[in-house]
Amino acid sequence: MLSALLVMAAVTIVLGAILGFAAIKFRVEGNPLVEKIDAILPQTQCGQCSYPGCKPYATAIAAGEADINRCPPGGEEGIHKLADLLGVDFKPFGGDTAAPKDKAVAFIDESNCIGCTLCIQACPVDAIAGAAKQMHTIIASECTGCELCVAPCPVDCISMILIEEKITNWKWKYPTFALSPVQ
Amino acid sequence: MIKLHHFHGGIHPPDYKSQSTQSAIAQAPLFSEIVIPFHQHAGETAKPIVQVGDHVLKGQMIGMPDGFISSAVHASTSGTIAAIGLRPVAHPSGLPNLCATLIPDGKEQWCQLEPVDYRNHSQAELQQLLRMAGVVGLGGATFPSDIKLRIGKQQVNTLILNAAECEPYITCDDMLMRERADEIVQGAEMLRIMVDAEQVLIAIEDNKPEAIAAMQVAVTMSGVSFEVVPIPSIYPGGSAKQLILILTGLEVPSGKLPTDVGVQSFNVATTYSVYRAFAHGEPLLSRIVTVSGNVLHAKNYEALIGTPMNELVALSETLPDSNGYIMGGPMMGLPLPDIHVPVVKATNCVIATSDKLFPPPPPALPCIRCTRCVEVCPAELQPQDLYWFAKSRELGKAQSFSLFDCIECGACSYVCPSHIPLVQYYRFAKSEIHAREKEKKAADLARERHEFRQLRIEREKQEKAEKLAAKAKAAQSLKPAKTDNEVITKSEV
Repeated sequence: MLSALLVMAAVTIVLGAILGFAAIKFRVEGNPLVEKIDAILPQTQCGQCSYPGCKPYATAIAAGEADINRCPPGGEEGIHKLADLLGVDFKPFGGDTAAPKDKAVAFIDESNCIGCTLCIQACPVDAIAGAAKQMHTIIASECTGCELCVAPCPVDCISMILIEEKITNWKWKYPTFALSPVQ
Repeated sequence: MIKLHHFHGGIHPPDYKSQSTQSAIAQAPLFSEIVIPFHQHAGETAKPIVQVGDHVLKGQMIGMPDGFISSAVHASTSGTIAAIGLRPVAHPSGLPNLCATLIPDGKEQWCQLEPVDYRNHSQAELQQLLRMAGVVGLGGATFPSDIKLRIGKQQVNTLILNAAECEPYITCDDMLMRERADEIVQGAEMLRIMVDAEQVLIAIEDNKPEAIAAMQVAVTMSGVSFEVVPIPSIYPGGSAKQLILILTGLEVPSGKLPTDVGVQSFNVATTYSVYRAFAHGEPLLSRIVTVSGNVLHAKNYEALIGTPMNELVALSETLPDSNGYIMGGPMMGLPLPDIHVPVVKATNCVIATSDKLFPPPPPALPCIRCTRCVEVCPAELQPQDLYWFAKSRELGKAQSFSLFDCIECGACSYVCPSHIPLVQYYRFAKSEIHAREKEKKAADLARERHEFRQLRIEREKQEKAEKLAAKAKAAQSLKPAKTDNEVITKSEV
């Protein structure tokens, strides 16, 4: 009787110690769901979702505070992916969310730039090079097309240029077939 | 005689090769305009190093290799660079690409050529020479040959000369072997030394008896111990992995390279240009192009890179009922959106099409899962499943069913009783996956840059606050001692 109690107690202590150790050693920092949602979001950091970046929006979705259809750059496909991840129904764009646009990059008309640095301060990914009273320019390869630099420009010298289809970014299209009327 | 093996599947399409082998290789004339694209190889586009108005000599480099996988581009004749800009090129999109327009002066004036003795140079030097000579795979994939020779520590036992030429209509390698076998054998010896291989196998499909005989004579005459191996004619026996299997019985594992199993292969035309590059110092300026299909005189031409394809085809006199052109073979070739494009290093064949030769396919019917495609797939895939996933855009699943092992040979579409253009679906899925991977990379970079920016702003804020605190503290400590300084410290803050 006593030995059985002792054995059970010993087993409990050992297992408890292992669990306690595991809880410290394999502790997950933050909410892993936020990371998963953030991985789906397109990282434009444009704020069209009304949150100040993709990570805050991901946090809000994880907390159940935000809808999944508030990210226009992610497109409908992004909503589908979020719906799959979270096990909720697909929800089309609507309400106060802007419609998705084709991908574009910002372009500074350098002859009009006065070097005010306002756009540099607005750019969420540091994709604008320049200094006070010096001409600024966009590093096109880093630009996410968030349009956040367009509004602050006091001389309206920033425009968004659609990314054209070139041989380097051309994709094979989904096969489609022309229908012909039956003779 | 070596023992031959079989790969899975394969088909036997009618070969239509005899039309274009009736006459010798003809020299295409010099046309009034040569258009040389800067992107004629797999990898990065070459960087233009000439300017509009420059006079260039034949063989002069006009595009410098840019990036690890890249190759040089040369002026194929002497003349003046009239323009550098976007011109239509042979590409499925029909989109233009960067090209140099060269107006020949007709003098064919060569630049200084420096032949090299391949025995007196290091591996790295020879590789660099090939890179600068613009030598790329002429079988159609145009992969830079110098990269294929960078084998590192791996041991290559067998060097294969790929002369299978398994696609219907194409006879450019056949004719090259019939007429220039000696040079090919010498080129093979150069490659053999570069990869340090023990065995050299020259694989030729048995529907080319003249080429087999010519190569055998050349091998015997030059006294090397290469073996000319006639292989059964089966499509796609000329695909690198399938050919290696036929000759050695070794299967190149998915995602691995032939060098991982101790084999490397080169196309015969590539081997010929390696010989020209070393023995004559000549960069790759021309290639043999088969013009066949719905033409009066099907023939092989030696054409300069940049020759207008429409003019080249006109030499063979296209028949009036032609309705289009294919660059490459009918199985894997590319239907040209526009014939007014230049001949490039990848142009092994141009086929004029007509409704009689290539009847338009009947409308695609639903897949009935008959698995005839499985029976013929040389990569041993499940084409019907890949089709299913590609069609429903389940790209992850397609990838897990080894989509990227598909060599796009078209055998599955050829036998499909429902006439489904299967390869089109696979191409769509592959390019979509590539595009998504690129997007993902860009998004990860944007995330990293955004997080760093936030970190920086936070740090700047903190530094500012610390500075302010320090100054306030200094002001506080100065206050009781000297009242005169107070104004100054305040303004400083």
